[in-house]
Amino acid sequence: MTFDATTIAMLKTGIWETFYMVVLSSFLAYLIGLPLGIILVVTDNDGVYPIPWLQKILGLAINLMRSVPFLILLFIVLPLSKIVIGTRIGSPAIIIPLTIAAAPYVARVVESSFREIDAGVIEAAKSMGASAWQIIWKVMLPESKPSLLLGAALAVTTILSYSAMAGFTGGGGLGAIAINYGYYRYEPGLMWIAVILLVVMVQIIQEAGNWLSKKSDRRMR
Amino acid sequence: MGLAVFCILKKGESRMEKPMIQIRNLGKTFKTSSGEVKALDNINLDICQGEIFGIIGLSGAGKSTLVRCMNYLEVPTEGEVLFEGESLSRMNGIQLRKTRQSMGMIFQQFNLLAQRNVIRNVCFPLELAGVTKKEARERAMELLKTVGLEEKARAYPAQLSGGQKQRVAIARALATNPKVILCDEATSALDPNTTKSILALLKEINRTTGVTVIVITHEMAVIEAICDRVAIIDKSHIAEVGTVLEIFSEPKSKIGRQLILGDAAKQVDFHNARQIRIIFDGRESTEPVISNLVLSCQVPINIMYAATRDIGGRAKGQMIVQLPEGEADAAKVVNYLKTVKIPFEEVTEHDL
Repeated sequence: MTFDATTIAMLKTGIWETFYMVVLSSFLAYLIGLPLGIILVVTDNDGVYPIPWLQKILGLAINLMRSVPFLILLFIVLPLSKIVIGTRIGSPAIIIPLTIAAAPYVARVVESSFREIDAGVIEAAKSMGASAWQIIWKVMLPESKPSLLLGAALAVTTILSYSAMAGFTGGGGLGAIAINYGYYRYEPGLMWIAVILLVVMVQIIQEAGNWLSKKSDRRMR
Repeated sequence: MGLAVFCILKKGESRMEKPMIQIRNLGKTFKTSSGEVKALDNINLDICQGEIFGIIGLSGAGKSTLVRCMNYLEVPTEGEVLFEGESLSRMNGIQLRKTRQSMGMIFQQFNLLAQRNVIRNVCFPLELAGVTKKEARERAMELLKTVGLEEKARAYPAQLSGGQKQRVAIARALATNPKVILCDEATSALDPNTTKSILALLKEINRTTGVTVIVITHEMAVIEAICDRVAIIDKSHIAEVGTVLEIFSEPKSKIGRQLILGDAAKQVDFHNARQIRIIFDGRESTEPVISNLVLSCQVPINIMYAATRDIGGRAKGQMIVQLPEGEADAAKVVNYLKTVKIPFEEVTEHDL
């Protein structure tokens, strides 16, 4: 393995590609998954706005999406990337399948955060005349903030590991470097460097999530 | 409605009062996986403006469901609830939410927002009602002064003791100037001293603002300490309703006797002899009732239990005595008590 300027430049590009793939798909996944998670909880039988049939259908759809292996989903969804982004290879093309795979996961993570909220607090808000919207905005979201942040760390690290699979379909990022050099060209050195960089990124995301969650929590002081 | 009912207020005075909450033939059935459960059946109650009304019952009697029916957190399956003459079942969602702003509620577990500090908790119902931030803060500060916690305005609930949390909850319940405060086992998670101070605060707020207070509890001591009237609920039904003095002096239902006798039930050993429960009014305390009884009847009696309670600021004593075994001697004692007009009633093991 030679550590020349090109290798370093390639790794830098890899880090950058992984970074923006993960950030953009996480953002888009939350844009879709957060409202879905809210709907899952509020439309449940004992939720603040029960619509049991919608809850059932949504739950089923999310389970279906979650049961498709990501690598399969990649191949199914890439034609869509061609239509939306104009290409089916490279990092931008991966954002769409990543988002589609992560959104239902995010919905479940968000759902479990909301289910931790003490039912008594929601009952108290109802007793004060709060509407379903007010309960969502003023009770559920702020009260579950520490848990939502921990969930976000979990979701983003999962998206990061998904993004590493993008190498198989011509996507970019550190995962692609690991696959292309380690798997196709038998250069384990470079593969390990890419893997270590991925591990470091996961660590940073997880630690940041823990720290933000703890910092925002007013329950233990 | 314009329907006025006869409400007995404390100290025996009676007034024609417009009722605050009327409950008519109310029933609530829950559907569970193991079939239907009737939590409330044919409940009728009138709660008057300005009174402290207690609802007491053992756990599982249906009292928590009943208080939740009053603000429609639980929607009754039968009958209706009228708030100031308006039926809650005929209200749409917006009207119902508006009505709830006139009914504060406090809970056993306080149910404060853990991620908001004290002042923002008190501001919360005002925020929901659309009051401006500045106005809400001023009102909240005022209320924190009332409950004696103004220096804790910036603390978070996790930093407060149970009693302090309940004070914040009371301030929060009062924020929208409600006409009624519903208290669901508000002191059951607190120690005896804190319970006393919270009850005193509720009573003081009732006397100074005239807010109607509805107290749900399983403890007779809570009823005795602050309530004007009380309803005893047992197995989904109202067993009896009356002023606290009436119920204490002459409980008509078995459950009423059980709740009033309380710890006496555990201490009295019933074997064969007849027992009576004598009720002393605070005013007659100068007369040595038992000594006179023994002297004039010339028979021994055995005191099984005696206690004094403070009911609505008046000392009320009760005593359980065992009558002499001979029927003639027992009759002497009963006759004596009747002659001197000391209220009493016979109690049997069956009552306890």
